[in-house]
Amino acid sequence: MSARTHRRNLINVIMLGLTGLCTLAAVAVLFFILGYLVWNGGRYIDWDFLTQLPRPVGESGGGMANAIVGSGKLLLVAALAGIPVGFIGGVYLAEFGGKTFTFVVRYTADLLNGVPSIVIGIFAYTVLVLPMQHFSTLAGGLALAVILIPIVLRSTEDFLRAVPQTLREGALALGAPRWKAVITVVIPAAMRGIATGVLLSLARVAGETAPLLFTSFSNRFWSHGWNEPTASLPVMIFTYAISPYDEWRRQAWAAALVLLVLVLFANIGARLILSRKSLSRGF
Amino acid sequence: MPAYQTSLTQIARRRTHAGKFLERLRSGDEIAHMVTLAFAASVLLITFLLVVELGRHSAASWHEFGWRFLVTSVWDPVFGEFGALPFIYGTVVTSAVALIIAVPIGVGAAIFLAELAPPLLSISLTFVIELLAAVPSVVYGLLGIFVLVPLLRSYVEPFLQSTLGFLPFFQGPAYGVGFLAAGVVLAIMVLPFIISISREALLAVPMEQREGALALGSTRWEATWDVVAPYARTGILGSIFLALARALGETMAVTMVIGNDPKISSSLFAPGYTIAAVIANEFTEATDDLYLSALVELGLVLFLVTIIINALARLMILATTRRGTEHP
Amino acid sequence: MRSLANFTVMTTPSHPFAPHTEETPGSGGNAAKISVSHLNFFYGAKQALHDISLKVAQNKVTALIGPSGCGKTTFLRTLNRMYETVPRARAEGEVLLDGEDVLTMEAARLRRRVGMVFQRSNPFPKTIFDNVAYGLRINGWDQSRKLHELVEASLRRAALWDEVKDQLHKSAYALSGGQQQRLCIARALAIDPEVLLLDEPCSALDPIATGKIEELLFELKDQCTLVIVTHNMQQAARVADETGFFLMGRLIEFNVTKIIFQTPAKKETEDYITGRFG
Repeated sequence: MSARTHRRNLINVIMLGLTGLCTLAAVAVLFFILGYLVWNGGRYIDWDFLTQLPRPVGESGGGMANAIVGSGKLLLVAALAGIPVGFIGGVYLAEFGGKTFTFVVRYTADLLNGVPSIVIGIFAYTVLVLPMQHFSTLAGGLALAVILIPIVLRSTEDFLRAVPQTLREGALALGAPRWKAVITVVIPAAMRGIATGVLLSLARVAGETAPLLFTSFSNRFWSHGWNEPTASLPVMIFTYAISPYDEWRRQAWAAALVLLVLVLFANIGARLILSRKSLSRGF
Repeated sequence: MPAYQTSLTQIARRRTHAGKFLERLRSGDEIAHMVTLAFAASVLLITFLLVVELGRHSAASWHEFGWRFLVTSVWDPVFGEFGALPFIYGTVVTSAVALIIAVPIGVGAAIFLAELAPPLLSISLTFVIELLAAVPSVVYGLLGIFVLVPLLRSYVEPFLQSTLGFLPFFQGPAYGVGFLAAGVVLAIMVLPFIISISREALLAVPMEQREGALALGSTRWEATWDVVAPYARTGILGSIFLALARALGETMAVTMVIGNDPKISSSLFAPGYTIAAVIANEFTEATDDLYLSALVELGLVLFLVTIIINALARLMILATTRRGTEHP
Repeated sequence: MRSLANFTVMTTPSHPFAPHTEETPGSGGNAAKISVSHLNFFYGAKQALHDISLKVAQNKVTALIGPSGCGKTTFLRTLNRMYETVPRARAEGEVLLDGEDVLTMEAARLRRRVGMVFQRSNPFPKTIFDNVAYGLRINGWDQSRKLHELVEASLRRAALWDEVKDQLHKSAYALSGGQQQRLCIARALAIDPEVLLLDEPCSALDPIATGKIEELLFELKDQCTLVIVTHNMQQAARVADETGFFLMGRLIEFNVTKIIFQTPAKKETEDYITGRFG
């Protein structure tokens, strides 16, 4: 019996230690990625990288200014098209929806969120690029919007639902109609959370590459307006990384660092906003 | 009582006023209801359109090849011969490798975070791990090409070959790029999903379950493994399914390390191809309609498979959270 | 530090600092199974128990009563060290089980000797059989015939056998609340504990199920020592041989049940018993 107890205790310690190692491994990966990118990409980021157009193969120097601006424009289109739809749809689910239809919409949104982004790219290609006959910022941005919508919708709904019922009742008891109560009381109360959700969703689509490959395509020059193909950071990283040229690969590292820093800052910022809120509310 | 009367009429006036106002209010709510409904319904519309478009544009390929599309393995755009088997094979194999690596590590880490780590440590480590999920796919691909592939080629694959080389999975030349590289990258990418969802499922297990096992003289590990983990198993399984759906549909990182060669080989060292990768690489080159249609059909296959797996995963996760509240 | 406990081998019940306990009376000649002296308990910086000393008599039912938050459950949980699941909880003082130091004993071994039944029934997500067999299996019973006998015996002792003998391989969640609680008692009994701690075992049950469990306690005390926490004074009066009254983390009075309920020595006890507060 004592040998058995000994064995059980040994197993206990070993297994618990292993779970700790698993966690350590997962955490280590993130720090490795960060460290490696900072070390590798940091060396190649300079003023030119941020302000110059790409140079042809063989010429050194040049930058990704057009890709940075392109990514910005794609995000703008995605935000303008996706945030209102997701936000207002989320308000419906939390405030006006019935039971069955709400469940169906919510479940569909979750499924849409799980659709591989390359498939969203095909979809945007067939409904936008084919009729328009050319790649464009607009098509790329709308493809990103399709990814954005279910995320914003679900997070908006969740944060609205977290608003205490007493707040709603307080407003309704003062004679406010439901929509007014929602606009003046419920949404402001959930605003921080909703903004966090929006920020996180933008961070998510900012790194999306697959849906852009055949919607916004790529462009070695400045893209004017919204109807021309445009360069974007993620696609640029992809094409430069698989290229055989050292100079391009170096730029891919630099671009990856820029993208990662933006995405991680957005994520950390969003969580900080949220945790500050829960702290100040803590009673 | 003139004062009293005035106030009465005032009230009466206000009432009729209020009556009309109420009408408008009600219609105001009605309008708000309809407007927000329209936006919510757009999610259904988009999803519906997505299915219709995928179906419409893959029709040509479906008419040409029928079910044969899924089981033949010649992919020859020049002669208009399209069989999806190598891509399906590659997708399944890379996802399987990913899960074999990620599930034990992910569930282990989830157990550590939910059962062992002090709350503050658990919350901050979970935050760090969730950041991993935010790293863009293309960044994983970049690190895959320049860090993982050389590592596999020079160290890991020769080592596996010399130790486990009798197995068919670990034979043949070590290219670096291939199923194994894609599987490892995918494993890292799905890890955060498994960890954070499994952790939540474990945290939802009532304290009484742990205490019940401990009170019988279980060790901490026995309580966790025999009682807490089985209690949370549906949620953990859900997280694995969700991870599987992610792995199947993941595009960029895989495209960059799989080697892009439509071959079916038993060796994990060999280069292969996945559905998502072939779409990413060839979609803009697809000049004739049948070629494009075949690629869209691949997208449709991917869509259907991931939708089914996602639907199952969501149901499982839903079931655990429900059970957590129902069972005392 | 706990090592202090090693040289204070306390055998006499009275102690100059034992504040509210007199000579532990009414042990009916039974030896003390558990003896606690000068137990202080802390959750972080907050002290939850103040200088508790008492003796639990062997083969008796000892009840602990008091208003909620008085520390009775915390006290119960020091007897098998279940408090260790709460971070930053610590116990100081001396708790002896047959003269062995509970606070330094290996927890798993302690808990095999001191079983526990919880307020809310907590069957594991397993079959009825596997629930009862769980404790046996982790302790190395693997011959299935013997295992089956022991499971049956435990279910019989918990007066549940007749109700479940045809559905041993169904989920434990198919049982009613009262049956689930008796299953948890059977599970605890299976490893043959010397002491069984019950933390308000009937608080979630209807009167009929409660009656069954109370009956069970009478039968069980021949085989082991029982300590029950309850906020139901009638229950304590019905089942307990000895009763301790806790208030705000202190043991106000500890005596034979009859005395506690009829002629309590302390005013606080009397106030509580007669329902003047709590």
